[in-house]
Amino acid sequence: MNAILNTIFAKHRQQPGALLPILHDIQHELGYVPEEAVPLIARELNLSRAEVHGVITFYQHFRQTPPGKHLVRVCCAEACQANGSEALAAHAAKRLQGEDETLEPVYCLGLCSMGPAIQIDETELHARVTPQKFDALMHKLGEKA
Amino acid sequence: MSITLYVPGDAGALALGADEVAAAIAKHAAKLKLDITLVRNGSRGLFWLEPLVEVVTAQGRVAYGPVTEADVPTLFAADFLHGGKHPLRLGDIAALPYLARQHRVTMRRVGVVDPRSLDDYLAHGGGKGLTLARSLPPADIVNLVTDSGLRGRGGAAFPTGIKWQTVLDQSAKQKYIVCNADEGDSGTVADRMLLEGDPFCVLEGMAIAALAVGASKGYIYVRSEYPHACIALNAALAAAGDWLGDFEIEVRMGAGAYVCGEETAMLESIEGKRGIVRNKPPLPAIAGLFGQPTVINNVITIASVPDILAQGAAFYCDLGVGSSRGTLPFQLAGNIKFGGLVEVPFGSTLRELLYDYGGGSRTGRPLRAVQVGGPLGAYLPESQFDTVLDYEAFAAIGAALGHGGIVAFDDTVDMAKQARYAMQFCAIESCGKCTPCRIGSTRGIEVIDRIRAGDQTQIPLLRSLCDTMTHGSMCAMGGMTPYPVLSALNHFVEDFSVVKAPLPQAGEGLG
Ligand SMILES: Cc1cc2nc3c(=O)[nH]c(=O)nc-3n(C[C@H](O)[C@H](O)[C@H](O)COP(=O)(O)O)c2cc1C
Ligand code: SF4
Ligand code: FES
Repeated sequence: MNAILNTIFAKHRQQPGALLPILHDIQHELGYVPEEAVPLIARELNLSRAEVHGVITFYQHFRQTPPGKHLVRVCCAEACQANGSEALAAHAAKRLQGEDETLEPVYCLGLCSMGPAIQIDETELHARVTPQKFDALMHKLGEKA
Repeated sequence: MSITLYVPGDAGALALGADEVAAAIAKHAAKLKLDITLVRNGSRGLFWLEPLVEVVTAQGRVAYGPVTEADVPTLFAADFLHGGKHPLRLGDIAALPYLARQHRVTMRRVGVVDPRSLDDYLAHGGGKGLTLARSLPPADIVNLVTDSGLRGRGGAAFPTGIKWQTVLDQSAKQKYIVCNADEGDSGTVADRMLLEGDPFCVLEGMAIAALAVGASKGYIYVRSEYPHACIALNAALAAAGDWLGDFEIEVRMGAGAYVCGEETAMLESIEGKRGIVRNKPPLPAIAGLFGQPTVINNVITIASVPDILAQGAAFYCDLGVGSSRGTLPFQLAGNIKFGGLVEVPFGSTLRELLYDYGGGSRTGRPLRAVQVGGPLGAYLPESQFDTVLDYEAFAAIGAALGHGGIVAFDDTVDMAKQARYAMQFCAIESCGKCTPCRIGSTRGIEVIDRIRAGDQTQIPLLRSLCDTMTHGSMCAMGGMTPYPVLSALNHFVEDFSVVKAPLPQAGEGLG
């Protein structure tokens, strides 16, 4: 971990207000921001541990524990509600119960006229997701993993 | 000679399988030894037709859509590379009434150009504004923007020229331009479409702003839910080379906090802190990012500037009604048949957008309510669909245009539930700085739950709670959450008087 952090720190050393970019890079490399990284980030940026911790917990995007095999986000905002996202969310929670996937709500993915929308592993998007389509996508994910 | 094809790389098109379509086309062409060039353009914004494939033929661009991977072999069989007949053939997309009736100004290149190519941008009228700005004194640039009547498209509709003038008037060594690309409102996709489909326009607008106020550094703060927009911007920055002169732009990614769309919370976030709203004064224009004078503008505001310079203030100001000048890219979302982006001058009506463009609900049921302006916007009943789309007409009915998002609901919607969600969203996203917002929103959920359980005596309490939030909150998060709540209560009171089972939270059970 230390080597990874040092590379990331070096990349951002000249950047004013580097905390968020550093946290993004760490999460990108490790999948989450480990507790052990906090004192190191604090020392690098001359902040207190409490300040770094405060920032990590303020933003929904940053995780302090490793995610599951895949990260599935279901949009729960109004435009997707209008297209049945609640039923999809309930279905998703049931379908992924006991599985090693992380399921999270997200508030808008910018696909508001083609809801319900979901995002898999940060960049893969799917629109007009019915429960059937959701199951097919999860099945494909299972094969990939 | 190589045949050019456009297959959108827009996130909306990707969500409907555009990458798979592009791959299938490339594979098929290779098999047939056909020489093709695939351009990944933005979206034209007719989302029911995505993925929309366009082929450049001797007769111009011919569109096909919505194309799935499975359609690709039949398209080749129909000789679509030369505009051949096919059930999905749409012809010239720009001639479709949905597009032909619009008046695209700010969004006119989106879906048309190659977003990775500066040359293509320049060939489609880009760059002229910046060239002109380089020849003008800063005050003249500001005057042009003031004269155009442009007001901020992020929600508050503050006159852009006045904001720029304030920053110009400060004497400081370092000033900043911040482009607000947080687009957190449900129902809004215009910023995303523009960032992905015409990123150079945003860069040009920022560079002009920098010349106008004397700034040397800019930031674009993009929400983390928009990774494709970040990629498009960084690619455009790399391709821009020295086109931007000494003006330096950095793309910053948000981290899933709606409140960071509020300008001062955004500044805190760029500085590496929690996204807590700052006290005003001082205005960001006087003491903003790192304490320096800062212009903060929405993506669409900034992207409107190059044309205002290139075509003149009058060109822009001649469009629109009252004190709402120019155009607004409206976004038709939610339960709507023909969802998409509709850029028109201010002055048409909600009804025109919902029915003439939108074609009514996707489910075929009657539209019962539409929420305009995101999660802090009011819900309007059918009786208000004739409201003219301009800032003042909306303010007059206790509503707001915001960023132009229009979310339609059919008659199965439960408006007490939507009111509850508005409170819930506020409770989740509140920055926590002031009590009416932080505590009031949670109380609001409880009060609505009691009303739904049959206790009508709680309705006055809900109103007084909304009153406290409206008047006691520091920013529009707590201050405008009463818009959706009270509009639901005022126009759909019947939904508050039926006893219903307790509601689960939206997103409950998800992580
Ligand atoms: C809670 C909250 C969220 C906001 N979110 C956004 C946003 O996502 N995008 C945006 O441009 N403005 C947003 N705003 C408005 C900004 O504070 C600010 O008015 C705007 O960026 C100014 O740019 P403009 O004058 O070009 O509109 C938000 C305001 C509040 C109170
Ligand atoms: S109204 Fe809410 S979001 Fe705005 S400053 Fe107060 S607590 Fe923060
Ligand atoms: S509301 Fe779900 S994508 Fe915008």
